[in-house]
Order: sequence, then C-alpha cells, then structure tokens
Amino acid sequence: MFAPVSTPAFAIRELSILVFAIVIAIFVVVAALTVYAIVRYRRRPGDDGREPPQVYGSAQIELAWTVVPFLIVIVLFLTTARYIFAIEGRAPTPGALEVTIVGHQWWWEIRYPGLGVVTANELHVPVSDPARPTPTFLTLQSADVIHSFWIPQLAGKTDVIPGKTNRSWIDPRTPGVYVGQCAEFCGLQHAGMLLRAIVHPKEEFDRWVAAQRTMAADVPAAHAGRDVFTSLACINCHAVRGTPANGVFGPDLTHLMSRDTLGAGVAPNTRENLRAWVRDPAALKPGALMPAMQVSDEQLDGLVAYLVTLR
Amino acid sequence: MSVRAPTIAAPDGATVRTGVLARAHEWVVTVDHKRLGVMYVVAGLAFFLIAGLEAGVIRWQLAVAGNTVVSPQVFNRLFTVHGTTMIFLVGIPIVFGFANYLVPLMIGARDLAFPRLNAFGFWAFLFGGCLLYFSFLAGDGLYGAGSAPDVGWFAYAPLTGRAFSPGNSTDYWNLSILVMGFGTVATSINLITTTLTMRCRGMTLGRMPLYVWMMLVVAGMAVLAMPPLSAAQIMLLLDRFLGAHFFDTQAGGSAVMWQHFFWFFGHPEVYILMVPGFAMVSEIIPVFSRKVIFGYPMIVAASLAIGFLAMTVWAHHMFAVGMGAPLNSAFAASTMLIAIPTGIKIFNWVATMYGGRIRFATPMLFACAFLFQFLCAGLTGIILSVVPFNWQLTDSYFVVAHFHFVLVGALIFTVFGAIYYWFPKATGRLLSERLGRWHFWLFAVGFNLTFLPMHWLGMLGMPRRIYTYPAERGWDLWNLVATLGVPLQAAAIAVFLVNIATALRRGKPAGDDPWDAWTLEWTTTSPPPPYNFATAPVVESRRPLWDLKHPDDPDGPHE
Repeated sequence: MFAPVSTPAFAIRELSILVFAIVIAIFVVVAALTVYAIVRYRRRPGDDGREPPQVYGSAQIELAWTVVPFLIVIVLFLTTARYIFAIEGRAPTPGALEVTIVGHQWWWEIRYPGLGVVTANELHVPVSDPARPTPTFLTLQSADVIHSFWIPQLAGKTDVIPGKTNRSWIDPRTPGVYVGQCAEFCGLQHAGMLLRAIVHPKEEFDRWVAAQRTMAADVPAAHAGRDVFTSLACINCHAVRGTPANGVFGPDLTHLMSRDTLGAGVAPNTRENLRAWVRDPAALKPGALMPAMQVSDEQLDGLVAYLVTLR
Repeated sequence: MSVRAPTIAAPDGATVRTGVLARAHEWVVTVDHKRLGVMYVVAGLAFFLIAGLEAGVIRWQLAVAGNTVVSPQVFNRLFTVHGTTMIFLVGIPIVFGFANYLVPLMIGARDLAFPRLNAFGFWAFLFGGCLLYFSFLAGDGLYGAGSAPDVGWFAYAPLTGRAFSPGNSTDYWNLSILVMGFGTVATSINLITTTLTMRCRGMTLGRMPLYVWMMLVVAGMAVLAMPPLSAAQIMLLLDRFLGAHFFDTQAGGSAVMWQHFFWFFGHPEVYILMVPGFAMVSEIIPVFSRKVIFGYPMIVAASLAIGFLAMTVWAHHMFAVGMGAPLNSAFAASTMLIAIPTGIKIFNWVATMYGGRIRFATPMLFACAFLFQFLCAGLTGIILSVVPFNWQLTDSYFVVAHFHFVLVGALIFTVFGAIYYWFPKATGRLLSERLGRWHFWLFAVGFNLTFLPMHWLGMLGMPRRIYTYPAERGWDLWNLVATLGVPLQAAAIAVFLVNIATALRRGKPAGDDPWDAWTLEWTTTSPPPPYNFATAPVVESRRPLWDLKHPDDPDGPHE
C-alpha cells in the first residue's frame, strides 16, 4: 500500500496521510498529558500522607473535550465519505475492459468475456495513461466459499462472495507485476491462494490477448502425452481448447506455460515443478483439491512433455 | 482461594466439614455470588493459559518464512480455537466473574437477585467450554481421529456448511457457543435485576460506584446482543442437520446474512468485554491517585452513549463485503462517533490523576499501561473506521494488532490490575508487590514486542490467518520480532502464577481495606462472610468510606 500504482490505491494513500496526521497528533497530545500527570503527580519520598485536593469535575472542561473530538469526527467523516463515493461509486466507462474473476478453493479463475480469453491466477491488464485512462472493471464472483480480492498496490479489498456479485476497478499507471493474495479465510489453503496482476503496455497487452485467444498448440511429438491426458480424469476438471478436455472445476490449461507460477502462486512454473505437481499436488500445496492421479513414471513423462507445449 | 475456608464455607454456622471431597462438593453446589465469581475467574484464567499455549504455537509457526512446525490444518484449528477461547472462555467469564463478585458487595446487597440462576449461568459456561475442547477428541466423529473447529472464530458461511466442513468439529463450536450464550444472558438479567432492585439504603442510581454503572450497561448490551447470535447458531444447526438453507449459498441462502447476525452480536461483544475494563480502571485510578473520579456524571453518560452506539456499528466489520457507498458511510459515521464518549473517558481518567498523589502499586501500573495501550487501540480503531483505508487494512495483520491492543493491551491488562486490586478482598492475602512489578514489566514489554510490529506487517500487506508466507514478501523480520515477545509474556504469566500460589499459602494478611479505598466492599472483612455485611450499610454519597474517613469534608455536598 506504500507504493500505489492505481487510482484507488493512490486515493487510499492520500487519505491515509490525513488520517495518520490526525491520529498521531491526538496520540502525542494525550500521551504527553498522561506522561505529565504520571511524572508530575507521582507520590514522592517523604510524602506526608495527606490527601490531595479533591476535584469533582468541571462542566467547561468536559464540554471542551466533547466538542473538539466532535469537530474532528465531522472533518474526518466528510473526507471519508467523499473518498468512499469516489472509489466505490465510480460507474464503468463505456468500452472499458471488463474482467470476471471467480474465486475457487484455492485458485482464481480469470475470464475476459469480451475477448474470449480464460486464464487463471494471473490478471493481465493494459497500463492506463492518466491523460487518456483505460481502466479495467472487475466483476467478482465465487464458486464456493467467501474469498477476498486484494492486490495492495492496485486497490483495497473487495470480498468475493458466493451468491453475490461484487465490483471493483483498477487503472494501473506503471507496467509491472503486482502480487496479492486472498484476504478472507477460505479453508485449508487460504495461505496458498496468491494472485498476480501483470500490467502490460498497450501493444504488449494486445499481443497477449491475441496469443491467449488461439487454440492449444498441436505438437505431434507430444501426442502420446496428450492421449494420456485425455484418457485420464484430467479432462473432468481442466479445459484445453481444441481438445476434448472441457472441464470447468480446475484452471484452464490451454496456455498453461504462459503463466509464471503453479498452484496459484505456490511454486514457479518450471518443468521440474510441473512434474512434481502432476505427480502429487499435495506435496507442493497440502490439501490442494486436485488429486494425485497415480500415474506411472512413463505416463508422467508423457504428460509433462505434453503440458509444456501448451504455450 | 479458600484460605480461610471456614469463614466462607460454612453458611449460617452449619458444621464445618473437612476433606477435599466435602469442600469440593460445597463449591459445586454453591449459589454464593462470591464463590461463583471466583470460580468464573479461575476457570477463565485456566482457559487463558490454554489459549496462550495455542497462540505460542501460532507465533512459533510464523516466526520464519516457510516454517513447518504445524500442518496447515492444525494451524487453522489453533487460531480458530484460540480466538473462540479468548472471547467466550476467557473474556466473558472473567468480566462476568468479577461482576458476580463485586456488584452485590459494592451496592451493599447480600447476593445477586437470583442465586440459582447465577449458578446455572456459571455451569452453562463451563459446560460450553468443555464442549469446545471435547471436539479435540471427538470432532470428526465417525470420520476418524479427533479434530477441532477450523473455520475461524467468526465462522463465515458457507465455509461452515456441510459441504465445506464435514465431520462434527463445527457442531461442537456451534453448540458450545449456543450453551454459553444462554449462560451469559441469564447472568446479565441477574445483574440488571440486582442493580436495579437491591441497592442498599441511600444508594441512588447517581451514587452507584462507576464499576456498577458500567456493568449495568454491559449486562444491557449482552441481553440485546446474545440472542441474535444464538438465533444464528440455531439456523446454522438447522442448515447442518435438517437441510435448511439459511446460509447455504448453493441453494439460495445468504452468506452475508450470517455476517450481519454474527457482527450484530460481535461488535457489542467488543464493548461487553471492554467496558468492564473501563469499569475496573474507574475504581483503580481514583484510589491510587488519591482523588475522587473527575466528572462522574460525564463518565456515566459516556458509558450509556457507548452502550447505545455499540449496537449501531456492527457492519464496520464488513466494509469490504460490497454493501454500497451509502451504507458504508453510515457505519463509518457511527463508528467514528463512538470514539467521542470513549475519548471523554480517557480524558476524565487523566484528569483524575492530574493533581493527585499517585501511588504506583501493581494495580496502578497495569492501569497506566492500559491508558497508553488503549489510546493506541482507540486510534487504530479510528484508522479502521476510515472506509477506503479499511479496504487496505481489514483482514490484514493490522486488524490483528488492533484487536489484540483492545482485548489484551487494554482488557487483559486491566484484568491483571483488578486481580492485584481485589485479590486481597477475596482471599484475605496480599499479592507480592515485587513479583507484581516483574509480572507487569515482563508482560508490558512482551506484549508490545509481539503486537506493535503487527501493525506494520498489516500495512506491508500480510493477510491474517495464513499458516505460512514466502520469504520474498519481506515479512520475516517483524514476524520474528513478534514471536520474540512470546517468551517474555510466558515468563510474566509464570511469575503471576507463582505470585498467586505463594500469596495463598503465606501472603501478608490484607486486612479489610488494604488500599485505603472508598467503596463498600472494603467495609466488610476479607474475605467477606457469606452474608457480606453484618448490618445493612447506609450510604450518603458515592464514596461512603471517604465520608467515614473524612467526617469533616464528606463527599455529599460536592455531588
């Protein structure tokens, strides 16, 4: 949250500076008074044991320390309300990029309805020029329990709730990779539900979209592995466009190798990790809902050889 | 704590029975408010030790990145049971235990209005607590070995549904809270009735000790806040056992409704726990500053204001739920407003100390630390009420730091102060001041070492309830510092237990009024006889013992 790159995060940092200024000022004043009272009025050696003067109260003083905080609250509330409406109340601009993010135990499904792209755990968006903003609007849904969408450098949290559709938006101004993770406890692997936002320059984003829209690569050398894939229960959960695999419970694998990580951010997407993952996902991510498929080493070699062709 | 067992163990001069079993039997069948109060506090402290052990393992697991001390499943159970224990089995029994003990003594009554109902409340709580911990043995039922609830202490639906939480661990959580809720409501009704109908002659509402005033507010909040929680628990039971769909989102139920039910209880609950802390320091600070409380009417008004406002702030736990800008703004407003009466109290306590002759006995040390830590807790509360900022901070370690500053830094510190203050009354023995100072300093340093860095971790983006984190996120250092505070706090608690054990066996006799205090409980013997007062007291001001000690300058004309 200290290095914002998107308007909601910028606004929150701006607001936080005001809030910190107010609370630090209050802290200093009240703590100083308390320290003064403690030090100045401590009982000293040689105390004669007499009781100090009894002061029962003062209406003026009580009034003062009721009214002053009240004024502070009014200022703080009006400022807060303005920011709430500016961030939460923003209506989508026509033609803006729309992305639907679906939370699953424990990964993120990411769909671009207007572009026909489906991916997982990586939110690719174009950079937004403050002069000609191209914000991205997010629709948040859940397939099972409550999750929370949070990439601190882009925006605050918005919960992802089954049976309720929430909205959020971002307009990142700097290309780069921004890491976030699920922020609402969602079961066993809540800690292993990471999310990466990858912000591209405009042309790069268009190239990424074009690549994602293609069908899965068909490499004849990997046909043996592909046949293992389509003959096992893999296809009940995973989709690979251009093959019979059209499952919806797990991440779409059509362009698996274009992603940086495996298992929603628990391991870098290398050939070795991929092999370990397919052999037994729970070894990398205890409790992951993908079962170990009990494949032979030979089948495993084939599967991995096939999966790495899915660029 | 039956050092002088005969004085409190033989009601109305019955023959004194000896032997462990006979004495245990007397404690089990007792309806005496003082014994029930002591049992509440002792049971609460026992659960506090268990919850502390759980917290220790949690911090051990998080000390370094990628740690594997416990499995994710065990970690999730630990923080769920730790949170549930601290709220329902430590906080509630201790604050209601103190009220049980003190309210009748402070208003010059012989017992609570409904002694049997009081005993029911205690045993309901203890049964509920055992039910929660029994889940460690039986939670999975037919599914295999023991387990414990692992859905978080606020158990958001639909994670608690049959589909996501098989076995019986969630049912143990559910039933234990349901049972304890009945006990809490019973005790609250008892406290309200007692306070309103059984005050001694001369004690008008305006002359009640602030402790009694605040416990009246607390009991009122509990009566309003507990039933919605019980209702929600029953709905969850129906969902889990009879196929109802209150919270079953797959069948059109509402996950958000659970949150409204839970926090409609959950936020008043914070004040149900915290106002007793205010109540305790409102007695301790004047006595050790040797000054009358500053602005008594204003503190009473502020307590009532907190009681009302506390019922209107619950959805500030839900700013990220997507309630929409108008509702978010409304709950931000009510949350900021509650800071005003809370601030008034702090100012009044400091004004009470100002111009006094402050004696830093152990209760006052804890009260001073409370002032600073509660100031921090209150200000981080303001920060969290700023909705857009809350979107960054909610469900992060910042929130963990905030509520531990409230519930440990403020509440547990005042409870320790209160134990040092009233232990002599309950047992007739003084706790050691030397050990008390060790206890205080170890705990104060350890507490701040553990929880101050968590504010920073939250702002660095560390979500709560994760069992591990990768090294490259940059959270290692402050997690390690936080864990280093744990041994200090554990040492403090060990000193505390040693202090109690030695004081019970050979502590200095306390006398009736060791602190030169002003409220009615200090007029009777320590420990008080079963009937509390030999003659019914009559009071003429808020500080009857001040009047007695200073007949030349009684309080009455000043009030």
